Amino acid sequence: MSKKQQHTVDPVGKSVPRVDAFEKVTGEAKYVDDMFFGPDMYYGKLVLSPHAHAIIKKVDVSKALAYPGVKAVVTGEDTPYRIGLYMQDRYIFARDRVRYVGEPVAGVIAISEEIAEAAAKLVEVEYEVLEPLFDPYEAAQPGAPLIHPDMESYTWPPFIFPEPGTNVSEHFKLRRGNVSDEGVAQEVWDQCAAIVEQTFRLPPIQHVPIETHVAVALWELDGKVTLWSPSQSPFAQRDLIAQGMGISHGDLRVISPYVGGGFGGKAGVSIEANVVAMARAVKGHPVKVRMTREEEFTTTNVRQSLYAHTKIGCDAEGNLLAMETEYYFGGGGYNDYGVNIARAAGYSCTGPYRIPNVKGDSRSVYTNTPIGSAMRGFGMPEIHWGIEQIMDQLAEKIGMDPAEFRRKNAVRTGDTILTGMKMTPINLVACIDKAKELIGWDEEKKPSAPNKKRGVGIAIMWKAPAMPPNPGSSAIVRFNEDATVNVYVGGQEIGQGAFTVAAQMAAQALGVPFEWVRVSANPVDTKYSPYEWQTVASRITWSMGNAVKRAAEDARRQIIDIVAKYWDEDPEDLDIRDGVVISYKSEREQPLKKMVIYGLPNENYEGWQGGPIIGRGKFMPTYVTNLDPETGQGTRAVVHYTVGAQAVDLEVDTETGQIEIIKIASVYDVGKAINPDLIMTQIEGGAVHGMSSAFEGIFFDKDGRPINASLVDYKIATIQDIPKKVVGDYVETPLPDGPWGARGVGEHVMVQTAPAIANAIYNAIGIRVPDLPLSAEKIYTAIKEKEAKEKGE
Amino acid sequence: MLHEITLKINGEEYQVAVKSHHTLLTVLREQLGITSPKRGCENGECGACTVILDGKPVNSCMVLAVEADGSTIETTEGLAKDGNLHPLQEAFIEHNAVQCGFCTPGMLMSAKALLDFNPHPTEEDIKVALAGNLCRCTGYYRIIEAVKDAAVKMEAEK
Repeated sequence: MSKKQQHTVDPVGKSVPRVDAFEKVTGEAKYVDDMFFGPDMYYGKLVLSPHAHAIIKKVDVSKALAYPGVKAVVTGEDTPYRIGLYMQDRYIFARDRVRYVGEPVAGVIAISEEIAEAAAKLVEVEYEVLEPLFDPYEAAQPGAPLIHPDMESYTWPPFIFPEPGTNVSEHFKLRRGNVSDEGVAQEVWDQCAAIVEQTFRLPPIQHVPIETHVAVALWELDGKVTLWSPSQSPFAQRDLIAQGMGISHGDLRVISPYVGGGFGGKAGVSIEANVVAMARAVKGHPVKVRMTREEEFTTTNVRQSLYAHTKIGCDAEGNLLAMETEYYFGGGGYNDYGVNIARAAGYSCTGPYRIPNVKGDSRSVYTNTPIGSAMRGFGMPEIHWGIEQIMDQLAEKIGMDPAEFRRKNAVRTGDTILTGMKMTPINLVACIDKAKELIGWDEEKKPSAPNKKRGVGIAIMWKAPAMPPNPGSSAIVRFNEDATVNVYVGGQEIGQGAFTVAAQMAAQALGVPFEWVRVSANPVDTKYSPYEWQTVASRITWSMGNAVKRAAEDARRQIIDIVAKYWDEDPEDLDIRDGVVISYKSEREQPLKKMVIYGLPNENYEGWQGGPIIGRGKFMPTYVTNLDPETGQGTRAVVHYTVGAQAVDLEVDTETGQIEIIKIASVYDVGKAINPDLIMTQIEGGAVHGMSSAFEGIFFDKDGRPINASLVDYKIATIQDIPKKVVGDYVETPLPDGPWGARGVGEHVMVQTAPAIANAIYNAIGIRVPDLPLSAEKIYTAIKEKEAKEKGE
Repeated sequence: MLHEITLKINGEEYQVAVKSHHTLLTVLREQLGITSPKRGCENGECGACTVILDGKPVNSCMVLAVEADGSTIETTEGLAKDGNLHPLQEAFIEHNAVQCGFCTPGMLMSAKALLDFNPHPTEEDIKVALAGNLCRCTGYYRIIEAVKDAAVKMEAEK
């Protein structure tokens, strides 16, 4: 059985098939839980906090340890280390207190999963229950009980600004134009013909990858440690666990095969450090811990909740003049990753608009809820929910078409944006125009039944990769005797098509057919794979892509130099086309086969030239600058932005409140479409994810226990819930430092779907929904209230 | 307590001693090394563990191994025949119906059970047949296209 034979020259820009699809449709693709570790493997079960906020008085593991088959029990006593990507605020196992329901307090290791589970129930923990805080706005108020009283003793990077003595773990301030800490100057507001001020609330939601978190760790007797985990960031995991637990980076190996859905939830460190700590207690035996679906909701991580209060004004011609906004992200018990979401929401707080006067304050706040961490969009879906609904209302107030209003105010290439940075090349206006066309914006649309009302809505977005200033990528290109090529990357295949794009780029830059390239990255293995910061932030096509391109160019240069010498020609006259070195001058040809390993002989075999070809490439942005902590101003806040527009056509059933989406049209500026069909699959999947997210929420009882931590009670979109149609397109405004001009689009495709739906609902029935989630019940109730009000008047 | 059971899996007969409380999914994965059925929830909610049991798609996490004694089971490992991919597998590749791939084996089995029973499914039939298989990546459109396309190709091959 073999793959279909094809021969694709110059694959960049072509919709070549995915390199990982064959393995995945045959069941051969291995995920961590599919790997076998032998009969000496032990199983671990985490003991989880039943309280949202409590002091740990005593942990008694004696009964659990005495249970037959139990090998060890690990507690916070064994792990006096704090870890965190940005804010080092989290003990691996809770020590002095617990801060959310589901926090790991102990880990039981036994010879079977059943025994570990039974013994976990025997770990006795004495708690002194404290008052829990769930609402980020309330938790941020002065005098609120402190969730992290010793915050000042934590460490954080220089671009994070926590406020010890409060629950605020990050406070990003944006001040631009005629503003003070009090707000935008009154004289500016006085020029506004329309002002809208509104509060929006979003509940926490979960990534719901179909593969739950799982990790296996082995601590060998000589101190070497191996961790197998489905990870978006094997290198960041190695770094955080190595630093946190005092292991040398060289002795900690992270192996990560295919990831069964990431969406941000498998970025950074979740349960993996716990499993490493558990393995240390039973050296020589691999230890496996798998999250149940319920634990996936409570114990891994979630998208943060948000309380947003925003005021925006424009003049009579529709020019945006002023914005004041406050974002309070409910970061959960630990904000190790989440502080950077609040920061990203701060420096992008206006959305993709030209607004001359801006006062923005974005905070992440400790709350006694599950850990808020990276999720597809990284703060952008949350803030665009409010921004995009206000823009619609402003357009209505001054009597302008909402798409035209956005066209007028949309950010453009070269604009000085809110942080003082020059906008990188994009064409958002073209995205708006294409989305309008695809949805039939100006056509009259009739409802399908008398009890239904139809509406269209539009929303636009921007998002920059949110990361430290200098995240690096590297790649290696290695030839084989038959001129097939192995490309080594540390970027991860999480479904987005990273490996396929890497192969396309390598083939293009080398001048060999796509089918000659093998991607050697399954698993990503920190012992053998070249460094990659993380597969997050839609940065892989761009950053890893640059590294792959450079590695391929390095190899290409080596080959051409050898052949040029062999032919006694100028390397400038040589090229590699379809796997053959050619001379444009002499029209000679030299196949790559064999010579890429054995080299070429000198004349009359008087010695040889060349040798095995290995190309290396790296990429790291070097130009991102610091921002002023009081104003958020600086030369270059981010590497670049990706922008896009979505339009929605839907019907609301006024008798049931049911929303039926007829069409979503999505258009993004991708710089260069490396693989057009893979972009379309992101656009389709993203639109459905975005729609689904608008109807999702994790809810808690009064003590902070999640009440819907299962796939029955927490619904994600099924095949029966999808919009009738998702259509998409892209614009290609090249990014100067993108490979062939490309930038990422994996997250953007779901960022503004929820507000586009909200705007379409308003267009259909004249009702605004400020708080997520949406539901038929909520819409139905609002329709009835509106009817009652209209009758009363 | 262990029970000796017989399973015919992808045409091969297996005799295996299983624990009373172990599910078919656990036995397939842990004892027989057949790992294409995935653990997604172990509660019958996600469909990632779907196998075909005596011609019907089931969540193998909801079937006790002892209940399956004597039955015939199909998994994704057995889809390709005589060195050729099943038309569903080919269509999933061609239509880019795969992203992270974790739901794919379960999707393929639900789709195969549908086509075995109903070779000319409508789009609605496909949606009903796959309603119990969750996918967080694709938005499902390519999966629907792939199943439609496979149905047409299978008909043409007859």
